[in-house]
Amino acid sequence: MIAEFGLAALWLAAALAALQLIAAVLGQRKGGETLALLVRPAAVAQALLCGLAFLMLLWVFARTDLSVLLVAENSNAQSPLIFKIAGAWGNHEGSMLLWVTIMAAAGGLIALIERRLPERTMSATLGAQAFVTFGFYTFILFASNPFNRLASAPQGGGLNPLLQDPGLAFHPPTLYCGYVGLSIAFSFAVGALLTRQVTPEFARVMRPWILGAWIFLTIGITAGSYWSYYELGWGGWWFWDPVENASLMPWLAATALFHSVSVLASRDALRTWTIMLGVVAFSMSMIGTFLVRSGILTSVHAFAVDPTRGMFILVLLAINIGGALALFAVRAGTIAEGERFSALSREGALVINNVTLSAVLGIVLLGTLYPLVTEAFGVRVSVGPPYFNPVSAIFVFPMLVVLAVGPLLRWRGDRLARIKTPAIAVAAVGLAALLALWLIAGIAFLELLGLTLAAVVAVAAFLPLRGRSLKRLPLPVWGMCVAHFGIAVALFGMSVDSAFTVETLTAASVGQTIDVGPWKVRLDAVEPVAGPNWTALSGRLSASYHGGAEHELTPMSRTFWAPPQTTSESALLTRWNGQLYTVIGEGTPDGRWQLRLWWKPFVTCIWLGGFLIALGGFLALVGRVSVDVRRRVATRKIAARRAEMAAV
Amino acid sequence: MTAGFKPKHQRLVLVVLALVAILAAGALAAWALKNQASYFYIPSQIVANPPDPDRGVRLGGMVKAGSLKTAADGITMHFVVDDGKAQVPVTFAGIAPDLFKEGSGVVAEGHMMKDGTFVADNLLAKHDENYVPRELQDMSKQQARQTVAETR
Repeated sequence: MIAEFGLAALWLAAALAALQLIAAVLGQRKGGETLALLVRPAAVAQALLCGLAFLMLLWVFARTDLSVLLVAENSNAQSPLIFKIAGAWGNHEGSMLLWVTIMAAAGGLIALIERRLPERTMSATLGAQAFVTFGFYTFILFASNPFNRLASAPQGGGLNPLLQDPGLAFHPPTLYCGYVGLSIAFSFAVGALLTRQVTPEFARVMRPWILGAWIFLTIGITAGSYWSYYELGWGGWWFWDPVENASLMPWLAATALFHSVSVLASRDALRTWTIMLGVVAFSMSMIGTFLVRSGILTSVHAFAVDPTRGMFILVLLAINIGGALALFAVRAGTIAEGERFSALSREGALVINNVTLSAVLGIVLLGTLYPLVTEAFGVRVSVGPPYFNPVSAIFVFPMLVVLAVGPLLRWRGDRLARIKTPAIAVAAVGLAALLALWLIAGIAFLELLGLTLAAVVAVAAFLPLRGRSLKRLPLPVWGMCVAHFGIAVALFGMSVDSAFTVETLTAASVGQTIDVGPWKVRLDAVEPVAGPNWTALSGRLSASYHGGAEHELTPMSRTFWAPPQTTSESALLTRWNGQLYTVIGEGTPDGRWQLRLWWKPFVTCIWLGGFLIALGGFLALVGRVSVDVRRRVATRKIAARRAEMAAV
Repeated sequence: MTAGFKPKHQRLVLVVLALVAILAAGALAAWALKNQASYFYIPSQIVANPPDPDRGVRLGGMVKAGSLKTAADGITMHFVVDDGKAQVPVTFAGIAPDLFKEGSGVVAEGHMMKDGTFVADNLLAKHDENYVPRELQDMSKQQARQTVAETR
């Protein structure tokens, strides 16, 4: 009954999306203003209904209603409740429903609170949002129904053990909020193109939504990276796996987008370019979804291989992206040129930021699609770090140099002489770091450059505060400093991890002590343990740092029974200056145990940096929104005063 | 891009700049992909036409029954990968994936040495029914027939 209720809600939501689209289209004509009034309520109601359908899915999963096919295949009555609920999106159908729920919610939210744009632009925007959402509703209802009932007797397959982790509760919803939040930018861009309203006001309206989506995307990527780092037991934090790239590409586009949107908002320049990026950012989200959900790739993220689904998403993709690009091609010429600026200006630096980010996006996209293309010609290849690391570094490193000085420049035009002192200071820091590193540590070129730039960016991040009253500094400026500093911190972590990680791989007998970097690790015992739905062999290790106090670590090799699968659970010990990472393997015939140990200095800086970047975005968002709210209150007061005066 | 340009020209300069950068990125990517992509081989291909030792490649096939031996250090493994036509000895030091065993499929990432052994840095094995390394998807079923068909 619950499942049918959910399905009905979903059908109604789809119908409302269709209504919203039709009302928006007809409302664009002269005399259609009454119809256009329907658009906002339809968007809100659609969001509520879709949310209701999603709640129903959570309900059947929480109760482990095995008569629902999806539950029977992906859940198990014995799992802990959090994994039962999170299991609702740990599969293809459920994750697509989550996707469309967030999309509907985002549309409902702008319908509810966004009142600054001309009503015609707003209804065109909501129409575009309805169009995209409607496509995904049809996909779910016809090709990927999560509420299908089961005909035969159920047995409860269980959730993939690699996904049985608290990370599953947060990583997909966060990432989806980011992915799908970008649909708002897409719809705004389409709405602005349709009604020819590419103005600074439009940029100011769009900006918080982009920032919000970007914050979620940043947190989602950072958390996902840490999850795969400790769950997969390979000691790596980024694999250039196509699925990771699928989340990185929208992030790169969104990063470029909110930089260019602030140029449009403050200076009324880069109009066409901003619109283009708005289209590209969500296109990257959709391409990512296609790569992950079509079964064209196989990984932990790809749930099922079903060619009809792949085709369906591909067609949706072609219609949405192709349509938006065609509209762009037709209308781009009619957008008037924005304000001019000189090459040496804040705008100039932001153009370089945008161009290099786009170049990196192109590099990642090509590297991700290349294996798919060659496979069509019968050649199987895989593309990994030897391609992605150096080639993207060629563009990222110059971009970081621009990042160091760009924020010091004035809008419109500037002279080099004005920023001479800070520029020289930054260059001196860079040279000193480079020299010191080169003399002390014999490390590879890429890491050397990475560490140097980390020092440069860390110092330069706070230079915009120079000579300004810290008390009166607007929050967005603080946000920029924190986010740029976060980039330095993350880059530092990546470079140190890559340059100074120590690894020991050995087979140890019980009682034996192993050295790994500054650590002495003793294997005390290997003993069996049991969990709620697994049994395991757990190693007991005592680790001491430079002969200090001993800490216990218990890496495990877990055997799950539903579905039957073995995973290795690493054990980590975190200090302020790094992490000890331990993995236990199989026993050897002569009674020893395989141990793989890493000492990873400052590796935690990678994720700390990621969260600082997200925090910077959050500060900027709070700053922008509070200014908007204040402005809105002020206009309302002025209007009230005027009405009073008129009455008098 | 200087203030001396007319607005129309500034837009043109920006477009050209962006195009040049993105084309440069594309050209660079194409060149690097050609050199850095890791090709997938089956034993008969890699024996007939061995790749350069400094080039990372992937080798896929079945772990030959009775060939798996662990060295005295407890972590180095030697085994033979077979496709029914040719055999390649493989060395791997590390913790093997859980479903890695004799008689089942494997994809080894690594380098082909001059002496004809393959040194693997990483092994990918079948995880469970739903999570199979891409190269092994069609291999495990009618592995022999398919690999032979591919060699042609």
